[in-house]
Amino acid sequence: MQEIAAIEMGKATAALDHRVRRAGHGAKVSAALLVAPLLLFVIVAFAAPIAAMLARSVTDQEVAPVLPRTLEALRGWNGTALPDDAAFAALVEDLRAARAAGTLPVAAGRLNHDRAGLRTTLIASARRLAAPFEGSAREAVLRADPAWGEVETWGAIARARGPWTDFFLLAALDLRRDAAGEIIAVPEEKAVFRTVFLRTFWIAALVTAITLLAGYPLAALIALGPPRLAASLLFAVLLPFWTSLLVRTAAWMVLLAREGVVNHALVALGLFGAPQQLLFNRFAVVIAMVHILLPFMVLPLYAVMRQIPPIHLRAAASLGAPPVSAFRRVWLPQTLPGIGAGCLMVFIQALGFYITPALLGGGADQMLPYFIGFYANQTVNWGLAAALSLLLLAATLAIVGLYGRLVGFGAVRTA
Amino acid sequence: MMRRSFLAAAAAVFLASASGAAEARDLTIVSWGGAFQDAQREVYFRPFQQATGIRFVEDTWDGGIGVLRTRMQSGNNTWDLVQVESEELLLGCEEGLFEKLDYARIGGREHYLPEAVHECGVGTILYNFVLAWDRARFQGTPTWADFWNVERFPGKRGLRRGVKLNLEFALLADGVPPNQVYATLRTEAGIERAFRMLDRLKPHIVWWQASAQAPQILGSGEVLMTSAPNGRITNANRTERRDFGIQWAGSLYTIDSWVIMRGSPNREQAYRFLQFASNPAVQARLIPLIPYGGTAKGANDGLPPDLLAVSPTNPENLAVSLMIDDQFWLDNLDRLSQRFNAWLAR
Repeated sequence: MQEIAAIEMGKATAALDHRVRRAGHGAKVSAALLVAPLLLFVIVAFAAPIAAMLARSVTDQEVAPVLPRTLEALRGWNGTALPDDAAFAALVEDLRAARAAGTLPVAAGRLNHDRAGLRTTLIASARRLAAPFEGSAREAVLRADPAWGEVETWGAIARARGPWTDFFLLAALDLRRDAAGEIIAVPEEKAVFRTVFLRTFWIAALVTAITLLAGYPLAALIALGPPRLAASLLFAVLLPFWTSLLVRTAAWMVLLAREGVVNHALVALGLFGAPQQLLFNRFAVVIAMVHILLPFMVLPLYAVMRQIPPIHLRAAASLGAPPVSAFRRVWLPQTLPGIGAGCLMVFIQALGFYITPALLGGGADQMLPYFIGFYANQTVNWGLAAALSLLLLAATLAIVGLYGRLVGFGAVRTA
Repeated sequence: MMRRSFLAAAAAVFLASASGAAEARDLTIVSWGGAFQDAQREVYFRPFQQATGIRFVEDTWDGGIGVLRTRMQSGNNTWDLVQVESEELLLGCEEGLFEKLDYARIGGREHYLPEAVHECGVGTILYNFVLAWDRARFQGTPTWADFWNVERFPGKRGLRRGVKLNLEFALLADGVPPNQVYATLRTEAGIERAFRMLDRLKPHIVWWQASAQAPQILGSGEVLMTSAPNGRITNANRTERRDFGIQWAGSLYTIDSWVIMRGSPNREQAYRFLQFASNPAVQARLIPLIPYGGTAKGANDGLPPDLLAVSPTNPENLAVSLMIDDQFWLDNLDRLSQRFNAWLAR
């Protein structure tokens, strides 16, 4: 009987298990269904466009459909001397076909990113070669535009073969390939992006450090001070959150102008004889960024500090620890998760600042997002804009990963 | 079921909109929006409707050849008349996005300033990038050479952040005659010369980016002189009671044009509009509202002296200005921007 009962029990348990599992499964399914709309929205509206944009940094599809015969003829070309007659003949055919189809300008624009003047070279050559000509294709092409007599012109076409390319990523690192395919540095007077990368990370680090130094005592005061003071301080920290970033940036323009409040005060106090230029330099950029990002440092710090029992400090003091070592050995270690979270949030946001440096900075204070915008809007070189974005994203992820390795995300607490 | 009915509904909506697009629609005029399009509506659009009874709808855009390209490629273009900048005119014409204009129907080529005539578009406004200064701080009429002379006239200088315009101004300041500026820039030595001039001024330059910043830094005393779009300077004088001066000599000008999108079903109405808008008496009404110059010959006739002084197409102003060479910049903007950015970063 007992055995039977045990077997029955076992069956019942198994059935229960099964039911529990099914119930768990059902909960998972319904949870997945609940999340699905948001997930779909994120993928469609966020992940997919970003991925499509970033893909432009490594793909090159604008020239191949327009100059297929030329690219075929250039297959195996070594890039040290002008290509053979077949390439010239193929070029004539391609240009005629592209001109008739109206597809030439896009390819010409892409080649102009590589080599100045190629846009006009292609458009004008297509126009001149449209009519039948005497003699060989090589002579006719060279007559149409002397640029075809340069190896680098053909190198630019060969480089744009696609579908994959490292042209934009190399350009974003101040590198390029010559006609023979060797990677070389761009001339010094055209090298810009490495400096800009370093500058972007330097400004972001500087802003993070200053917000930490300014935000830490403030957060401590809010967490430990009398409730009335804490409430009004917290309100003051949150207030900038409710004004737009543009307004806050513009407010700094008013404050720091040559005839602005700050200059008037400095002159009235006798610190300077005449108004100083406070705008359009690194100082203005950093101070405005610190102001804008300070809440992102104070709030995580405050959240962590509020949870530290005040009795810890009192216990340290009663056991004879002087204030400095009580702070250093008892208080500070417990605030580390807040420091980590605050620094990460401020640093990553600072990397993406665009408006503030554009309006308050000088020529040498522009950060990477300015250049991404510049290439996307001004020269319509989306490949380069995408490559710069990709490198910025990769560098940011590397830093976040390094942080996770060193500190651990378990320690990051934001609320 | 639900999905199917949703799909059916979506298909129905799509079909309705597609057939709607194929049906006759009103003439669609597209311009830059804002205060400018408000002025255009008052001067051109409404009087045109009153005079001809032709109905129209308006749209706005921010420029960019990609927008026009995508519209034509999608086969769903609903724009007829579009105001474009000179670069879009060149590129779009090469790509066949625009109708070739029949000038016989809009008064003939001689009816307009020669610079405003293009096979794919007809100029509608002409405007300049000028040297501007605040008369409250600087007595006299500075030239580009004075702009570069910080020893004699100490103070900061405002320039637009970007390579375009500044290489031209640098060469003008260095004594290159206006008609030689682009010929000089087409040589490597000319580029070097322009960058050397910029080098000299670099510590004294405040870079502005948005057009509205130019009068702002001038008015706040941040700079002693600045390059600026002429319209912003005149508007600051009118609405903020500033006393800014404009140096027309050595200014650079460009032209915005009307184009008719290729295959527009409203081509006839579009031509009627261009004909109406080509009337110099109509064009002259824009200047009091917004200081852009009309492109028809005679658009400045009869203007009072104060308006004539701020009109970019006043023959006296035009004679000392230089047209921006779009062909040069289409070829070289990539290369020179790279160099300029590197120069600025150092």
